[in-house]
Amino acid sequence: MAFGAFQSAAPAGTGAPVTQVQKKSPVALWLLLPGILYLILFFVTPLFSLVLTSFQSPVPGGFLGEFQTAFRWENYVDVVSTYFSHIGRSFVYATLATIFALLLGYPIAYVIGVKLRAYPLLQALALVLLIAPFFISFLLRTLAWKQIFSDEGFVVGALKTLQLIPSDAYLTGTPFSVVFGLTYMFLPFMALPIYTTLERLDLRYVEAGGDLYANPFTVFRTVTFPLSIPGVISGTLLTFIPATGDYINASRDFLGSTDTAMMGNVIEANFLVLQNFPAAAALSLILMMSILILVSAYVRRSGTDDLL
Amino acid sequence: MRGLGKYLLWVYTAMAMVFLLIPIVYTIIFSFNDARRTNIVWRGFTIDNWLDVCNAQDVCSSFANSILVAGVSTVLATAMGTAIAIALVRYRFRFRNATTLLLFLPMATPEVVLGAGLAAQFLQLGVQKGLSTIIIAHTMFCISFVVVTVRARVAVLDPALEEAGRDLYGSPSQVFWRVTFPLLIPGITAAALLSFALSFDDFIITNFNAGPAMTFPRFVYTAAARGIPAEANVIASGVFFAAIALVLIAQVSGAIKRKRLALAG
Repeated sequence: MAFGAFQSAAPAGTGAPVTQVQKKSPVALWLLLPGILYLILFFVTPLFSLVLTSFQSPVPGGFLGEFQTAFRWENYVDVVSTYFSHIGRSFVYATLATIFALLLGYPIAYVIGVKLRAYPLLQALALVLLIAPFFISFLLRTLAWKQIFSDEGFVVGALKTLQLIPSDAYLTGTPFSVVFGLTYMFLPFMALPIYTTLERLDLRYVEAGGDLYANPFTVFRTVTFPLSIPGVISGTLLTFIPATGDYINASRDFLGSTDTAMMGNVIEANFLVLQNFPAAAALSLILMMSILILVSAYVRRSGTDDLL
Repeated sequence: MRGLGKYLLWVYTAMAMVFLLIPIVYTIIFSFNDARRTNIVWRGFTIDNWLDVCNAQDVCSSFANSILVAGVSTVLATAMGTAIAIALVRYRFRFRNATTLLLFLPMATPEVVLGAGLAAQFLQLGVQKGLSTIIIAHTMFCISFVVVTVRARVAVLDPALEEAGRDLYGSPSQVFWRVTFPLLIPGITAAALLSFALSFDDFIITNFNAGPAMTFPRFVYTAAARGIPAEANVIASGVFFAAIALVLIAQVSGAIKRKRLALAG
């Protein structure tokens, strides 16, 4: 789904799909086998490992990070009660970031996909600018915001001079900077799929709306926006899913503080620092299941085949 | 009123684009900063950072590791993903829905979960983590993106061209390598470039499966706590300029090709 966008961003022309004759042949098996086996080995079985790990119990008198196979379902109760606020924060921050990215990304996609159609060179340039963030380390870009928002930085200075914020206020390490960082990080992922659908939008529908004396806002609400919904769905998913699991923006060394830690931060801490593997596994599965439930409710209208 | 609305849309979009580009410009500018240890305050212009990039400890070795990991995972993922894409468009087979679901799920799973899952598996099997486990992880999450990209290309491929090849007594492998494959090259290239970019910039999955191995994003993450050396900005800016150059070359050559086709037709 991410790819629709890249595909049409590439200059090589994509024509209309040609009717493909599908045949049955043993060749198919050999084409599928390596990749499918690979995914079963390194995507499906790890999920089972995660399930197994999440029920493990500590070895009595064992070392740190020593666990044994068990059915300790209380692990789930423990992590939910310990990390309740982290779980809540993940979904609240990700939802906010998705809304802001949509508000910023839709107009960009609309201008590039519809308004700039008459100027191919400008359109190509704007597209390059939109995908430019993909080419430069996202960690350094996030750190750039941290430094721009730092207490000595000019943004805080200017806001204080204008007395928009009190003189002892700060921006980094707040929910504001985390949601800001998430919005920034996923904006291209939101704008590109919307651009792809708007770029294919047949302008005659829009003209027809105008001919029927609808004002531009009504045309947008009843024609343009409904036709761009597939792009909006892909864009919101491509933003919401990774934003929920992100732990860069909320990390103490980047835009967050311990008060803004999200699920990703506690999964990382439990797995890589505290070596509490069962807690990390239980939290990962809670994250994955909640996202799957939310997402399937959100895209009930389209099957997986469409999304791919 | 209507004119003002139009004007607002352009200003709003321009501002959103500027917002998108601020950190990029910031990163590039600070690659020229005469920073001693930490690259936070501007202390004057210098090109020394560009001249001895490898001066800062671990910057160059982690960059080399990232290139190696991205290169190997791209080759593996592109090969397996392209084969799947062809099978999905061209062949009828059982478990088609299960296959598409299996390809969709890695893209709909947060990276933390993918990373922690693989790490849990490596832990249970007692596998030592290092560059090879990073490559295994990257290949896994790149496959789906390759399938999506190449599949779009296979779907618009005219089967009549391959039929013509068969009519001219081409063997199945001749038809594939002389007709089908060359026509798929743009799609495969796009897929490989995307894989490379995804792998090169990946941090979360890498961090769970790296053990002691350093990649460039891991270097930046660990350095973030004590201050990033300006040399890291140099590497990132260099990669950025190279990628933009590649995109521009592709755009221009595409435009020239289209013009030639238009002239020929």
